[in-house]
Amino acid sequence: MENVEQKQKSIFQKVFEIIKTMASKPSGLIGLIILSFHVLLALTSPFYVPYDYKAIDPSLMLQAPSSEYWFGTDSLGRDVFTRTILGGRTALTVTFFGSLIALIWGGSLGIFCGLVGGKIDDVVMRIIDAFLSIPWILAMLLIVSLLGTTTIVLIPALGFFYGKGIVRVARAATHDVIAKDFIVSARARGHSNLSIIWNEILPNVRDAIMVEGAMRWSWMLLGFSSLSFLGFGVSPPTPDWGLMISNARGLMSFAYWAVLAPIFGLSSLIIGINLTADAFAKALGIDRSTKAPV
Amino acid sequence: MFLLVIKRIFLGLITLFIVSLITFVGVEILPGDACTTYLEREAYGAALEACYERLGLNIPSYERYISWALGVFQGDFGYSLSGEMKINDVLGPRVKNSMVLASASIFIGIPIALLLGIITALWRDKLPDIIISTITIFSMTIPEFISATLLILIVAIWLEWLPGIVIVPTGASISELLPNIILPVIAISMIMTAHMARMVRSSVIQVMASDYVQMAILKGVPYWKMVFKHVLPNALLPAINVVALTIAWLLGGVVVTEVVFNYPGLGRLVIESISNRDLPVVQALAIILASIYVTINLIADLMTLILNPRLKSLQIKK
Amino acid sequence: MENIVQKINNLTIGFTSQKGEQISILKNISTSINKGETVGIVGESGSGKSTLALAMMGYVKHGLYTISGECLYHSNNLLDMNNRDLENIRGRKIAMIPQNAGQALTPNLKIGYQIDEALKLHTDFKKEDRDKKISELLNKVRLPSPEIMAQRYPHELSGGQQQRVAVAMALAGNPEILLLDEPTTGLDVTTQAHVLELLNVIAKDTGTSMVYVSHDLGAIARVSDRVIVMYSGEIVLDGPVRGILKNPIHPYTFGLLKSIPKLTSPGLPNSMSGSQPQPGIIKSGCSFFDRCNFAEDQCKSNTPDLEYLSDIKTSVRCFKYRDLINMKETKNDKIRSLNNNILENEILNISEVSITYAKQKFLEQLLNKTEDSNPTVKDINININKGETLALVGESGSGKSTILKSIAGLLKTKDGIIKFDKDIVLSNDLKKRDPANLRAIQLIFQNPDESLNPNHTVEEIVSQPLKLYFGLSGSELKQKIIEVLDKVRLGEFYLTRYPRQLSGGEKQRVAVARAFAAKPDIILCDEVTSALDVSVQAAVLNLLQELKEDFGTTYIFVSHDLAVVRAISDRVAVLYQGRLCEIGPSKHVYELPSHPYTEVLLGAVLEPDPDIKPKLVAEDIVEEKPPEQGCSFQGRCPRILGDICKKEVPPWQMGENGNSIRCHIKVDDLKKQQTIN
Repeated sequence: MENVEQKQKSIFQKVFEIIKTMASKPSGLIGLIILSFHVLLALTSPFYVPYDYKAIDPSLMLQAPSSEYWFGTDSLGRDVFTRTILGGRTALTVTFFGSLIALIWGGSLGIFCGLVGGKIDDVVMRIIDAFLSIPWILAMLLIVSLLGTTTIVLIPALGFFYGKGIVRVARAATHDVIAKDFIVSARARGHSNLSIIWNEILPNVRDAIMVEGAMRWSWMLLGFSSLSFLGFGVSPPTPDWGLMISNARGLMSFAYWAVLAPIFGLSSLIIGINLTADAFAKALGIDRSTKAPV
Repeated sequence: MFLLVIKRIFLGLITLFIVSLITFVGVEILPGDACTTYLEREAYGAALEACYERLGLNIPSYERYISWALGVFQGDFGYSLSGEMKINDVLGPRVKNSMVLASASIFIGIPIALLLGIITALWRDKLPDIIISTITIFSMTIPEFISATLLILIVAIWLEWLPGIVIVPTGASISELLPNIILPVIAISMIMTAHMARMVRSSVIQVMASDYVQMAILKGVPYWKMVFKHVLPNALLPAINVVALTIAWLLGGVVVTEVVFNYPGLGRLVIESISNRDLPVVQALAIILASIYVTINLIADLMTLILNPRLKSLQIKK
Repeated sequence: MENIVQKINNLTIGFTSQKGEQISILKNISTSINKGETVGIVGESGSGKSTLALAMMGYVKHGLYTISGECLYHSNNLLDMNNRDLENIRGRKIAMIPQNAGQALTPNLKIGYQIDEALKLHTDFKKEDRDKKISELLNKVRLPSPEIMAQRYPHELSGGQQQRVAVAMALAGNPEILLLDEPTTGLDVTTQAHVLELLNVIAKDTGTSMVYVSHDLGAIARVSDRVIVMYSGEIVLDGPVRGILKNPIHPYTFGLLKSIPKLTSPGLPNSMSGSQPQPGIIKSGCSFFDRCNFAEDQCKSNTPDLEYLSDIKTSVRCFKYRDLINMKETKNDKIRSLNNNILENEILNISEVSITYAKQKFLEQLLNKTEDSNPTVKDINININKGETLALVGESGSGKSTILKSIAGLLKTKDGIIKFDKDIVLSNDLKKRDPANLRAIQLIFQNPDESLNPNHTVEEIVSQPLKLYFGLSGSELKQKIIEVLDKVRLGEFYLTRYPRQLSGGEKQRVAVARAFAAKPDIILCDEVTSALDVSVQAAVLNLLQELKEDFGTTYIFVSHDLAVVRAISDRVAVLYQGRLCEIGPSKHVYELPSHPYTEVLLGAVLEPDPDIKPKLVAEDIVEEKPPEQGCSFQGRCPRILGDICKKEVPPWQMGENGNSIRCHIKVDDLKKQQTIN
């Protein structure tokens, strides 16, 4: 029992240390602050929004920002401030769970391919390549238009399409590790394949996969908002930044505030996640700037 | 060498074959078929029968796949549902328009990316690097629809310098298109350029730290000569493939940007055909976009092959 | 002093640590290089020798900076010169021959271009003259057909050839000083000897001053007139080569020389305790204090100065050098002889084993084509007795590690049988081997950085075999781990450390502990000391010997280093291109008559003694594949008989002393031929 506790404590310590390293550089600190702010906002905003996000009032149409309506109102007379602070909730939830799914299936398939190598690896990678060559936006649009835009569809679909990149990274990392002498040594001792994967390979590819997952998160957010923007993400009247930008765009020559508020919300979240992912990669000693966004 | 080229082309064709299977099977297994999705509530009785007859949906799916694939192979995508016109006629001008947009972005984006990447690497951790790197991080994280919207708001609405929405017919000539694509090109190339610049930067930094660059310095090679002869050829070689992947990824951005600017290209066709549930057109678009992706990667592979002496002699030996 | 070409005054180079501390890599270096002199700078990894060599070209690596001092080339300080002026000195006045030419030649440029570049920069030759000069230079470094060579890319050459190209490139500017940074490290024994001879000839012909940086005292002894010994960023000894190698008056050099195994004296050399401290750890006193057998209290608090002794023209940084001057007679006292308890029962029998790397192609499988008739390793017959140490010796490509891998079951044999403990046939499929047999054979690898999982603590690493084979857990497991670590002289506090927190020697001890934790009968050692520093190597060898004497373990010891093999093994098998050449008791294999290949190898060994010269009897050609028929060594053999060597596989002959030689030449004839030279 005592041993187990010690081990868990050390994992917490490790996480704490990583966060400390991430926050030690200004860019990492800013990223962490922005991200935590958004997460906090998403968790708590329903409790203190000033207005009802779906209350339509034609008399309040396109009001400029005032002390009453901080960010003005949109073309249906809804409060832009209310909708903006609520607008990240769906995006954050969908993309967070989507990245988790991407991480799990991409990571396991990648490790598997790296391990078995040979023909099976070739065939799987060829199929992955084929999936990769269909622009994600086309595939996503097709799926969403046929199956609907509920989160139950969006999360696995996004998770699936953004997992392809993780497969590649996990596979390459496994390839690198598997040639090392400590794996040879474990094989020569006669450990089972499962124990080699769990004890020897996983700890060494974990970092690369996790960093990749963090990167996927920011790209998935980008993809998800693009879908929303095109009208294939969340359905109205749910407040969502992508959708809000799309709706307010036509009237932005009269009411720029209705566009700028969600743009600010979305941009800051994406930048926050990106800076955090960058700092995370650096804290784990992985250079992410050589990777392609696929 | 020749064999390797053949092999790459062959692998590309296999990929396209798999893509055709995926799109076909994908459309098959999703609930509903072209007719039910197209006719929606009217999908019953005679209308449905007629539609099945017209599209040949009542024959077994594998036969349908073969005849469709054969057609595609010969460059015939069949008929669209909505307009009942040949898909080829629909696609033709759209492909041209999108190509104009994409190639303009690539030809402007790549040189800028190279320049920025090299500058940031050579002045690593100095002022030019810090400024450019910060800008690239921002421009690479902002989605196209945001940068496009902001561009319209600032340049077209507030400053009134350029038209915000492209108002040209689908069949417009290139000279008609050019003045209209300035903003779309900027919106598209921002992300791509930022990504590529970062890749070039890290690749150059890596090579600058290599033993052979240190050796060139110790040999007394002047700085710029060393950069051009010893550093860049070796740094840009691995970057080619990554750049190709970025360009392929850009296709998604093209779709969004075209919608924002109301540009009559493939991207808008994607949205239109999906909104209209025109599955034959969607299938055709998937194949076309995938071939573009495969071709770009093939070109990158071949370029690497031609430029890399190591791979060249490897092939001779084997 | 007209003679001095380069002078270094109180040079200190360092970096700023993450905590903001200033840490020196080089401390207060002062020395000078005379015209036409060859100076060897010797030190272990981390001693600062490469930083010093680079500073001598006015080059300081990214992250490092000059804290104080200067580096004068004819009274110009290279360290505060602008780039334009440096470009005129680098390559023209001072040229560098790098450590790893394979990585130091730009991969996308042809050999000819890279040499031409140096010529263009540093001479006034016209195009035609330069082309002629390129051929001349390539000829000078003895590369065959220079015109063709100039059209090649670096990766198309062998390691030895790349190194020669680097020499040619350095000579292009006709420099006054040549700096050589470990120029032969990583090359095969015979290639190394050839490159060194070439450098000697060049030094004589051109009258260039040379600065030869190396960890290898053998190489230093071959080329230098004067030696500078570095330890932990300081010069500890500086003087004529003969004096330093024969009568070292600094305790570090004294210990180092004693810890190097030598061909001429069998048995294990004395070991030195500990390892070189990391930069910045030693704040005061002598940096060698904690490893020194002669240390006194004052050594800990006071830092000794470099003191010049004019009678032996040597500078030394030690308070106690007089003790050492007086005790030179006892230099070779404590060599430890092997005390192996070899039993007559056979523990491993390798018979008719062939191994091939060539994979059968799908088509060939279909057509049922006959397999590779020319496998990588062929016809290996070796018996090993319990408690014995058998060494497999050969250059890269000799198949020595391949054989080791198939004994461990990691590589499938094509033909032949490997039997363990007389009658247990070991399957060539690892998965089909009995766990007990897997436990009986353990491996220790060359590089502990690769063989220890970087994400495991020492405790986790050593626990693996204990959990797997003995099912231990809880406090029993921990107890056992501590016990095993104690055997390799690692204390309990190492349990929670990660490999990256250990020194090279400590890491290899952990690897040894992991192997012994399985209580194996046989341990396969794959170049276990070649990644280690010289002073650490002897300690690991001694540890291995003690452990085997305690447990009666059998070793199969693979190495390219003939001196190390001489020190630790009872019996030696010499391999060339995957075929056995000679096998026998090590004492006799190292004596003539022997197989021509053994003779070539022995001749190329570099001893840390300026009076022993290598005998180069064969060309250093690199063969990629073993010949289809006949003797494996036919391509390089200096004593080739003729057609018979090319057509027929030579027979095994009994040598005079119980060693078997596989050669067409009669043993008596071999003896005559080899004693004449």
